[in-house]
Amino acid sequence: MATKFVIEGLKAEIEGKEILKGINLEMNGGEIHAIMGPNGTGKSTLASALMGHPKYEVTAGSATLNGEDVLEMGVDERALAGLFLAMQYPSEIAGVTNSDFLRSAINARRGEGNEISLIKFIRQMESSMKGLEMNPEFAHRYLNEGFSGGEKKRNEILQMSMLDPKIAILDEIDSGLDIDALRIVANSVNEMKNEDRGFLIITHYQRLLNYITPDFVHVMMQGRIVKSGGPELAARLEQDGYDWIKEELGITDETVGQEQEA
Amino acid sequence: MTLQTILPVQAAQIKEWAEARGEAAWLTERRLQALELAASLELPKPEKTKLDRWDLSGYGTFKAGEKVTSTDSLPTAAKDLIDEGTQNLIVQRNSGVVYATLSEELSAKGVIFTDLETAAREHEVLVKKHLGTAVKTSEHQVSALHYAAWNGGVFLYVPKNVEIEVPLQAVFLSDDASASFAPHILIVADTNSRVTYVDNYVSAGLNGTILHNGAVEVIALDGAKVQYATVHQLGKEVTDISYRRALLSNNSSIEWIIGEMNEGDTIADTATTLQGSGTNSDAKVIAIGSGSQKINYTTRAVHFGKSSESDMFTRAVMREEAQAIINGITKIEHGATKANGQQTEKVLMLSPKARGDANPILLIDEDDVMAGHAASAGKVNPEQIYYLMSRGISRADAERLIIYGFLAPTIAEIPLELLRTRLQRIVERKLGQ
Repeated sequence: MATKFVIEGLKAEIEGKEILKGINLEMNGGEIHAIMGPNGTGKSTLASALMGHPKYEVTAGSATLNGEDVLEMGVDERALAGLFLAMQYPSEIAGVTNSDFLRSAINARRGEGNEISLIKFIRQMESSMKGLEMNPEFAHRYLNEGFSGGEKKRNEILQMSMLDPKIAILDEIDSGLDIDALRIVANSVNEMKNEDRGFLIITHYQRLLNYITPDFVHVMMQGRIVKSGGPELAARLEQDGYDWIKEELGITDETVGQEQEA
Repeated sequence: MTLQTILPVQAAQIKEWAEARGEAAWLTERRLQALELAASLELPKPEKTKLDRWDLSGYGTFKAGEKVTSTDSLPTAAKDLIDEGTQNLIVQRNSGVVYATLSEELSAKGVIFTDLETAAREHEVLVKKHLGTAVKTSEHQVSALHYAAWNGGVFLYVPKNVEIEVPLQAVFLSDDASASFAPHILIVADTNSRVTYVDNYVSAGLNGTILHNGAVEVIALDGAKVQYATVHQLGKEVTDISYRRALLSNNSSIEWIIGEMNEGDTIADTATTLQGSGTNSDAKVIAIGSGSQKINYTTRAVHFGKSSESDMFTRAVMREEAQAIINGITKIEHGATKANGQQTEKVLMLSPKARGDANPILLIDEDDVMAGHAASAGKVNPEQIYYLMSRGISRADAERLIIYGFLAPTIAEIPLELLRTRLQRIVERKLGQ
């Protein structure tokens, strides 16, 4: 079945404050969508709410992946259904090696009695790490502990490439990356692009989109998608910034909670 | 001196038991003196734990276990802990040692490895000289009662310049709640010797409550190196009070590796006195509390020697309604220049009713030293659970990864592979996962 991910009327709040005010978005396998917008407009909240971060409460709407509403699922079930979030701030977990963690994640997909053989796993991990130009030593390091910002981001992409998701959300994957790392990460995304997989790339810089060409670009302000277009929209934002959109829509402060009551 | 305290052990019993054992007169005399002293001493006062309401009366009565000629005849609970093919082993069942063996090779080198009762007869001079020098009779009522009532136990003597590669092992089994269970371990490592000793405390099929009042003394003479590993996995019927002390002469070292896996209330106090210069003490404690256990773990390093170094590391996981106080006490005395004392206590609490209180204490009376501490107590971090689950790992597996991850760095540092894997298994069992 071709992948289809549909977000409808998604509203979410944190500690009683509504951040997402009704997000609608439709994605198909093979498509790359970019969500852009200045800071504080709800982009990362969208990513966290979709994955099921415990601090965010979804108050309305649905997000169906191939007909199933992931918002009804536990965090682990969302992952098993095919959702992946490359996080902006990945957790550090002492005592758990990167490879033990990844093997647990892969085995969770394969189920009891069908665990991946150690040899096969190591080969797979080594080859994925090589593609990301990661030092093999990182397999045996504790999960994200003492990793630099860029190393953590690469580690997120490593997980994405090994877990083979249907919908991959990349939350500010470009922040903290130097130009070489940015190119490596982008290559990895481009290589993984296929008919069954969709990407939702959240960024407030155009920079990443020089390496990954999006099929659709959406601009978020005040907790909503206020404008959508093709790659030319990203180019215009690169050139002119966001002010022209604000002007067009009569927005003075684009951050959440600053909208005029109608 | 008041004699109003009603002691759980009586002089008549001490005499009767001594007679049953055919004990040397000097030793019985010491026991009776200790008992007299006990009456005038107060209960120990571990930091932040009050012992007043603990039931510390379960001394039972002396019952020498039946000697066996082969480890095959031992109860399963003990047999399971014995390393296959070991030639250096002591097994105590209830009040007496029932099996003891030492390889001819070590025996020929002058190594003594026997129960302490036998040693008191056959190696009187050595035992007399060292017994009671690290754990003092006069410390408090419990230590005095220990010296009055101890039984079985281990005496290990490693002669000058003898280095032993294989670990020597002891197993202490309590499987009769009416039998006194109070082993005393005395290790004397002579000048420039080296030894590793590993023991296990285990209970099985107890039909009532009992007290383990145990003491461990390690005397390391100049340049000696001692590794002492112990795992306590006594059942919920057992209240475990264990005082462990090492006394270090110049350039000697002790490495404590301790697994606190009891099911019952526990007081464990592990201390090193760094008497000589250039001494080194390292203590690693891994602990799991569960049920409604009340626990006080203390590690302590007291520096007298110049350039002496100590490091203490405790990691404890508290489940269910377990309540633990975890003290780390670094004391640097005046004159212990260039001493370095470090300590870390970390507690992970797995349930809302579990409690773990990490309590680092630094007492420094000298300027020219280094000292440091780190302590933390907390619950499993929900962000970490979320992160692991976002990769498809179930909540139960995510918690397990985090708990093992919490203990793993300490387990990984255990120098004995056999003990490392065994401890790993016990941890898994105690975590019930």
